Amino acid sequence: MKDMLSKQAVGLKPSGIRKFFDIVSEMEDALSLGVGEPDFDTPWHIRDEGIYSLEKGRTFYTSNSGLMELRQEICNYIKRKQGVTYDPKHEVLITVGGSEAIDIGLRAVVNPGDEVLIPQPSFVSYEPCAIMAGATPVIIELKAENEFRLTAEELENAITDKTKILVLPFPNNPTGAIMEREDLEAIAEVIRKHDILVMSDEIYAELTYKEKHVSIIEIEGMRERTILINGFSKAYAMTGWRLGYACGPKEILEQMVKLHQFAIMCAPTTSQYAAVEALRNGDGDVQEMRTAYNQRRRFLMNAFKEMGLECFEPFGAFYVFPCIKEFGMTSEEFAERFLAEEKVAVVPGTAFGDCGEGYLRISYAYSLDNLKLAIGKLADFVEKLRKQK
Amino acid sequence: MREELLAIIERNSRIDLKELAVILGVEEIDVVNELQALEEEGIVCGYHTMIDWEKTSIEKVSALIEVRVTPQRGQGFDNIAERIYKYPEVTSVYLISGGFDLLVTLEGKSLKEISGFVSDKLSTLESVLSTATHFILKKYKDHGTILTKKYEDQREKVSP
Repeated sequence: MKDMLSKQAVGLKPSGIRKFFDIVSEMEDALSLGVGEPDFDTPWHIRDEGIYSLEKGRTFYTSNSGLMELRQEICNYIKRKQGVTYDPKHEVLITVGGSEAIDIGLRAVVNPGDEVLIPQPSFVSYEPCAIMAGATPVIIELKAENEFRLTAEELENAITDKTKILVLPFPNNPTGAIMEREDLEAIAEVIRKHDILVMSDEIYAELTYKEKHVSIIEIEGMRERTILINGFSKAYAMTGWRLGYACGPKEILEQMVKLHQFAIMCAPTTSQYAAVEALRNGDGDVQEMRTAYNQRRRFLMNAFKEMGLECFEPFGAFYVFPCIKEFGMTSEEFAERFLAEEKVAVVPGTAFGDCGEGYLRISYAYSLDNLKLAIGKLADFVEKLRKQK
Repeated sequence: MREELLAIIERNSRIDLKELAVILGVEEIDVVNELQALEEEGIVCGYHTMIDWEKTSIEKVSALIEVRVTPQRGQGFDNIAERIYKYPEVTSVYLISGGFDLLVTLEGKSLKEISGFVSDKLSTLESVLSTATHFILKKYKDHGTILTKKYEDQREKVSP
């Protein structure tokens, strides 16, 4: 058949991670620092609640927006953490992971020709989702000298009269960067001035290692123009349950619910019941995991210092983003050689945008013992490269 | 730092001081001082090793014994507990709430040795009213560690 495929779909670049995944899965004994999900199992009481919901025969659709009970718990949670109120009836939507919320959130607000501002390095989905929504992605290249935070100046320079929405991906995957209150206040001023929307992807909100996470919805005049995205994957180690949510102004959520209704119907029911339990009784688990991540983060920062590898100290998510420019290789070359010669997988920074060139994403969602083993190999490799120079 | 330090060494008392300092984000000397303080205050009472004796060829039998006793005037349960915990084969003694008073755990070489201890030494104590002995058949989990299964990383090796 002629012209069988969508030009837009064909035009999308495949994820840079895919290629690595294919190489690594061929290598049986490879160690990995390339994983973007927690190493912890979902806490047992949460799993148990999922099992219990199945036993009770809760195997039907929920309402399109999700269980009211869960939406209410989400509102309680945001009130508790951010001090901001949402209406569970009209301002919350349960989605299939944060990823779905990104997709339908963009589709709900953009028109052809609108520009979507995407700071990079960042998660791989924003750009393709913006394209498939019919918008034009505009990349803002974040800089190491700013610890990969978004500055007001960078934002100001990227805004045109076509700008519709800014994607704000903090705490950030892959850099581990966070935005603190004063950073957010500075960009909020620009956002208000130009009257644009924000999609704040805060999936790593629970994983910060400095002050408590601050959301842009806490800043004056921002709640009414922000689609807040969060979910259960990272905070509660629930990646496979595929559960996220979006909160925002009623007008936007109404449109998102429609898209969600036609494409998805509703998020998995079992996962929704488990998530209620996570929000009600999961604070202790989150704290425990955060403490463990923080220990590993410190371990890695120290290891980089010892091997003389340049790396800014990240305070969020579970990634570090060391610089490998001194070796005169591209990120991809470095990652490929490291995998071939030491059998350790890392993800090249370029998988998260061209400006990730010269960096690697190293995940610390691994036990300290595993990290020690893999980082020992990185130290050997770095030493070998320096000798070869 | 104290709570986090305790949580770490409760799981792994062999972790070295330098590494402890790194992961806690403090100086090594602070770790040394804190550990010393914890020992002096009797908070850290020992550094033991968890052994799954099942996997060795050495014969060991353990039992939990429920003991009902008459408390003594002015002494409560302390006196009788002491008489019991002084036996080296007794590995722990807890005063507990519920249907009986003391829970005693015991380790011995054989069933015979343990039953001998119960009938000869424990039951014959004056304030002991009754005992019920439960032999341990299999340990699934001990000290927070699952003994029957090994951790296996089931994640995809690379993901966004």
